[in-house]
Amino acid sequence: MRTVRAIGAFATATAFAILGLGSCSHDDNSLVIFAAASLQGPFRELAESFATATGATTPRIHVAGTPQLVLQIREGACVDVFASADTVQMQRVVDLGRVHGDTIVFAKNKLVIVTSPGNPHGIRALEDLARDGLRVLLCGPDVPAGRYAREALANASISVRSVSDEPSVRSVAHKVALGEVDAGIVYATDAKALGNRVESVAIDPRWNVTATYVAANTDSDLGASFVRFLESKDAARILMHHGFETP
Amino acid sequence: MTGHTHPPPRASIVAVIAACALIGLPLLGLALRAPWSTILDQISRPEVFRALWLSIECSVAATALSFVIGLPLAVWMASETSRWTNVVRAFVLLPMVLPPVVGGLALLLAFGRNGVFGQYLDAWFGITLPFSTAGVIVAETWVALPFFVLTTESGLRATDTRAADAAATLGAKPWRILTTITLPMIAPSLQAASILAWARALGEFGATITFAGNLESTTRTMPLAVYTALESSPEAAITLSFVLIAIAMAVLFVLRKRWFPTGRTAR
Repeated sequence: MRTVRAIGAFATATAFAILGLGSCSHDDNSLVIFAAASLQGPFRELAESFATATGATTPRIHVAGTPQLVLQIREGACVDVFASADTVQMQRVVDLGRVHGDTIVFAKNKLVIVTSPGNPHGIRALEDLARDGLRVLLCGPDVPAGRYAREALANASISVRSVSDEPSVRSVAHKVALGEVDAGIVYATDAKALGNRVESVAIDPRWNVTATYVAANTDSDLGASFVRFLESKDAARILMHHGFETP
Repeated sequence: MTGHTHPPPRASIVAVIAACALIGLPLLGLALRAPWSTILDQISRPEVFRALWLSIECSVAATALSFVIGLPLAVWMASETSRWTNVVRAFVLLPMVLPPVVGGLALLLAFGRNGVFGQYLDAWFGITLPFSTAGVIVAETWVALPFFVLTTESGLRATDTRAADAAATLGAKPWRILTTITLPMIAPSLQAASILAWARALGEFGATITFAGNLESTTRTMPLAVYTALESSPEAAITLSFVLIAIAMAVLFVLRKRWFPTGRTAR
């Protein structure tokens, strides 16, 4: 009988523990921030800086392709701040009624072409990506980086077939760095973060597109304070250090 | 097989309900949010057909590869004639317990265009597996092979060896014993092994998206199509899921004898 009671107690405890893990309130009061994949670098620093400035616990950052974040928010993820790589995906969250207050534009970015180090295929411009036999990698059309890249290609009237619709810009950047593809289109900040593991090739400003990063408070008062912090000089300095432009 | 004839403790009903709820409620959720009015239009869309066709092609090819590699391997493992049997078994079973995404990453680093071995595939034969349909088949075989080998090996171990022993005494060579006695005896196991491997290949996601990428008509199989559709149209993702659920149910039906004992006194 003792064993049965022990099993029963264990099962009950497990059930409550799981329910506890599933609850939205976090006891440590730390913010949960969902950020577009390209924001990984600056957002770690921004979280630290925010914690230092306000005395709050360091926010927890969850980074993924923007559409995946929107999906998780739609299905009820507990998130205090959402930072999107474009306004299209942010609008979806606004439409869900999850945004409190205004959405703010806090950073901008440009696209570049990246190739393996040494640029073995001699890619000089967007036009070169249309060459036969070249393996070019883009994000899927719903991912902001993929949508922007397709916009730039359309501006230049070039048709490029991506060898895969990648879920986030980071996976494009890393597969180019691994040498699995000949070229990819990513943000200038991704190329900067990868340093000499890739070679970047500028896109003609006539065709290039500006990526607009927007953030919004999606839950608590503390969320609002992080969104305000994103507009501060300290935040702008960190973002610029990582290669972003600030509005 | 002897049935469990003692009545279970009444409290076990709690666990029965918990298990059914855990597995059943998500399926119910899927059904409640399915776009029933447009589901036929959604299923008949060309991209669904392309994903389904690609899935079938790749999973059948992966099953065939598992059969060709897995059957001799299972025969060798069941015979236990080498002291390396357990080392090989550990290798073969590894993909079953590893997260598929790790498999995909390992495949990419080994057989990618710049991979440890992949660079020679590219340089010598002009073969590049990542981002190709062949890459999907390799990834699916990687995860499906253990299911084939394990099921076949346990079938071989359960066979009565007397007929084979008698044939050997009468001078039959190993090849003849295998093809005329052993294989016919384990036919049900081979069927189950093939279906299990096929179902696992059909459902493969992590290794595929990591190694082979995600491109319509080339590498976007059904599970990848579900994942991709989630980002733009959740209704389409639900519809695709129903197609996969239907296939899963068909698998259960085909293998019903294996997993549904017909009664306490059966066999």
